Formats: sequence, C-alpha cells, structure tokens
Amino acid sequence: MTAYDVEPGDKVHQGDPVTVDRYATGARINHWVTATCLVLLAISGLALFHPRLFFLTELFGGGQNTRAIHPWIGVVLFFSFFGLFVRFWRANLWKREDDTWLARLRDVLTAHEEKLPEVGKYNAGQKAVFWLMSILIVVLICSGLAIWDQYFAGYTTVEQKRVAVLIHALAAIVIICVWIVHVYAAIWVRGTFSAMTRGRVTGGWAWRHHRKWLRELVGGEGSRRTTPAE
Amino acid sequence: MASNFEFELPNPPTRNVGSNLGEADLVRRSASSVPAPAQKLTAVAKLIDVSKCIGCKACESACLEWNDMRAEIGTNVGVYDNPPDLTPSMFTVMRFTEWVNPATQNLEWLIRKDGCMHCADPGCLKACPAPGAIVQYSNGIVDFVHESCIGCGYCVKGCPFNIPRISQVDHKAYKCTLCSDRVAVGQGPACAKACPTHAIVFGTKDEMTRHAEGRITDLKSRGYANAGLYDPPGVGGTHVMYVLHHADKPEIYAGLPRNPRISPIVELWKGVTKYAGLTAMAAFAAVGFLHYVVSGPNRVSPEDEDNARRLAGSGPP
Repeated sequence: MTAYDVEPGDKVHQGDPVTVDRYATGARINHWVTATCLVLLAISGLALFHPRLFFLTELFGGGQNTRAIHPWIGVVLFFSFFGLFVRFWRANLWKREDDTWLARLRDVLTAHEEKLPEVGKYNAGQKAVFWLMSILIVVLICSGLAIWDQYFAGYTTVEQKRVAVLIHALAAIVIICVWIVHVYAAIWVRGTFSAMTRGRVTGGWAWRHHRKWLRELVGGEGSRRTTPAE
Repeated sequence: MASNFEFELPNPPTRNVGSNLGEADLVRRSASSVPAPAQKLTAVAKLIDVSKCIGCKACESACLEWNDMRAEIGTNVGVYDNPPDLTPSMFTVMRFTEWVNPATQNLEWLIRKDGCMHCADPGCLKACPAPGAIVQYSNGIVDFVHESCIGCGYCVKGCPFNIPRISQVDHKAYKCTLCSDRVAVGQGPACAKACPTHAIVFGTKDEMTRHAEGRITDLKSRGYANAGLYDPPGVGGTHVMYVLHHADKPEIYAGLPRNPRISPIVELWKGVTKYAGLTAMAAFAAVGFLHYVVSGPNRVSPEDEDNARRLAGSGPP
C-alpha cells in the first residue's frame, strides 16, 4: 500500500539534478483557477470592505459590477477549491511528526532544517494552510449566501444578515492573512514555485524539505519503473 | 385659524425657485468625508400624529404621485395594509394594528405610517460602502443618491427600522427622501401636503417638538396618560417623529422599536473590524518582508542535491 501522502503522479526521475514530479497538470490548473478566484475575490471584497479601497471597484467596471460579480467568483472558487480538497485532503492528514515540526517553528523560520523531523509531502505549516483554507472557504460561502441579496434576500432575516456580513468580513481577513503566509512561504523557500508552474521540483528540494516523501517515492515501486534504461 | 391647521404647507411657487439643498449642505457622506458646512440649515422634521390618523392612505397616494411611481397590484392579505410592506416603489406604508387595551378592554385601531425616520445617526449611511451613495444634509434629511448606489444591501443591515428596499430592476436602494426635492424649494413632503386631518405636519424640528407637546397635553387631558413623543435618542433623535397615545408601548404600533439604535454587530463590522482587519493584513505582509530581510531566502544546497542523487540511486556526479 502506498503511503498516505504519495499522490498519483508523484514520481522521481534520475538525472542531474534529480527531478521529482509533485503536481500533475490537472492539479496545477485546478490550483491556478482557485488562486485567480481568490485574488479577484480579495480585491473585489476589500473594495467593498474599506472606503479607502473602493477605487478597486474600477478594476471590475464599477461598484455595481463589483457587487454583482463578487459572489459568482466565490461560487467558482468554492467548486474549484473542492477539487483541490478532493486531491489533497489525504496527504494533509495530521501526523505525529507534524506536532514535532510545529513545536520547532523557531528552527523552521531560521532555516535549520537539520533540526526538524523528516516530513511527508506536506509539512505542518502547509497542512495548517490547507485546513484553514478549507474551513474558511466553507464559512465564507455560507455567510456569503446569506448576504447574496440579489437572489437570496428572502431566505434570511436582517439580523441574520448582520451576523453573516460580520462573519464574512472576519473570515475574509483571516483567509487573506493565511494567503499571505502561503505566498510568502513559496517565495522564501526557493525552488517551490516550479512545483506549481512546471509541476516538478528538484531532488535536493524534496530532500531538504520533504525527505520522508522523497524516501517513500524512491522506496516505492514507482521510482524503479521510471529509471531510464541505461 | 384652528390650531390643527397651524402648519399648513404653502402652495407651490409660480416662479422658478433655486434649490437650497446642495453639496455645500452635506454633513455626512457615505464612505467618504465632507468639509464642515459653512452654515447649517435649520433642522426640519415631519411629525406624524398617530392619534389623528384616519387610515385614508392619502399619504401613500401622494407619495406615489410625487415620486412618479406605481405600486404593483397586489393581493388582499387579510389586513388593511396595502401593499403589505415597503417596496422599492412604495416609500411609505400605513400599518394597521388592532389592539385591545387591557386597561379599558377597548379595541383600539392603531394606524402608523411607516417609512424612513431620517435618523440623526443614520445606520444606513454608516454601513454604506459606496462613496456618496447616502448623504445627510444639515437640515437632517438622509437621502440616497442613486447614481452612486451599488445595490449591495448594506444599508438594509445598517437600518434599525428595516426601511431600505433594493430594487430587482435597477439594483439600487430606495426609501423615503422626506421629499428633499420639495423641501429644497420651500415646500413640505407630499404626504404632509395631502393629509386631510393634518396628522402629518412638517416644519422645523423645534416647531414640531413644540407642536407635539401641545398634542400630548391634549391627549393626556382626554385620558391617554401615557401619550408622548417618539424621537428615539438611541439614533440621536429622528427627523420623522410620532405622537403616540401609548408612547410607553411603541411595540404595539406594528413593531415600532422601543429603543432603536444601530446594531452593535454593525458597529463592530464598520468600526474596529475595518481597522483591525487592514492592520492584520499589513502586519502579516510586513512580518514576511522583515523575515526575508533578516534571514534571506531558504535555498537548496548542492549537498541536498547530492543527497537526493545518492538516495535516488543516481550516485554522486
């Protein structure tokens, strides 16, 4: 049986450097659709959140259009993220080493990888981002439907709408902060972006950051099959 | 002249009169700020004397007529309320309540003309995210500026009286304007002009408060011990006020709130959340930037690549 965090398509290719397939084309498209939606939602949402940012509505063709389109982008994001959730939830299950990793956050931030436990395809930080995103997106879609007055005005009372709009704003603030962490981690940890652009990382990257996952890939039969005939 | 007709509104002028309500008279503008007006207009108010209302709906008709609207033909819902609720094209609705006075066992027919109260501290304006879509003039009128309205419905959440309605046709919010366009040329609201019993009167807020006192004294002399003025302080007072024969029980008048105020949830949403939210986002970005400046990028070393090669079985180069 394959390890919990080895996803279909994860493969090691020998060479110099060794390359490791991390995300299949479908996963990457799915990710970038979600990412685009999230950025558009953040911009259009912030435009209606703070008067100083109202000028951002111009990007969507004015306030009326921003108000009309924001919920629809949310619907696309919800289904798009659901695709990511189905793909990634198994590999994001919490494991014993994640507690250790998290307890040594100081070493993480000071890049002392040698002091950290070997982790699978995702470390505790990535798992936290995944689960926070999952929960917050459900909170946002539910609270969002309650204030989507163009179609659903009659389904909630004004008092419920007040609560929903506050929850929606708070959840949006948190998810934007989570997103900042997500993007910063990808910038800080060099060699990460290629995972989501070309779908692969170098062996050294996998060794340094996700050694347990790399060992599983090499140890599994998958890696043998892809060895080029020499 | 009988005191009932003290505040008869003037007939329309026959010559062209300039508007006295302009940008310079704004004291509040949604999602933006306005300079303090050089001179403040006298505060106006509409006083609705519920004890004098006969439920004729002339005010509803006058409102539709002046604002050039036609309410949709509805169905009888079993009560006199028609239409049963405010709509984007019905800024005022008479709400009828049959109330048995427990003290006298009398059936009292309470009729309250519902509509925008023109709060001194307007929740709609506080909640509105579109700059200039809701404005407040120094005479107290709170008005919606439809060119700037984006139809988000935040005003509905901000309003303590559940007044604004969003049109499904043009996706903009509508409510009573206190006939700001009529007041601007020295007229009074159309409803007040049409009211046959002068249950609706219009004038300066001081005049209206004084007039109400006289009415309350009269009501008390007729056995309504709890008669009083509804000018709720929770929203800073209103520019539409009621004389109620049972001012101790405003709820019996079709749910008139006892102590209306902007919901604390709305205050939280439009207050600390707005500032704390942007601060939190900026802090996360700043901490990331600082971390990068201090620790630099986390790069994969050549040894990492060697180790990977060894593990994968390619061997060191």
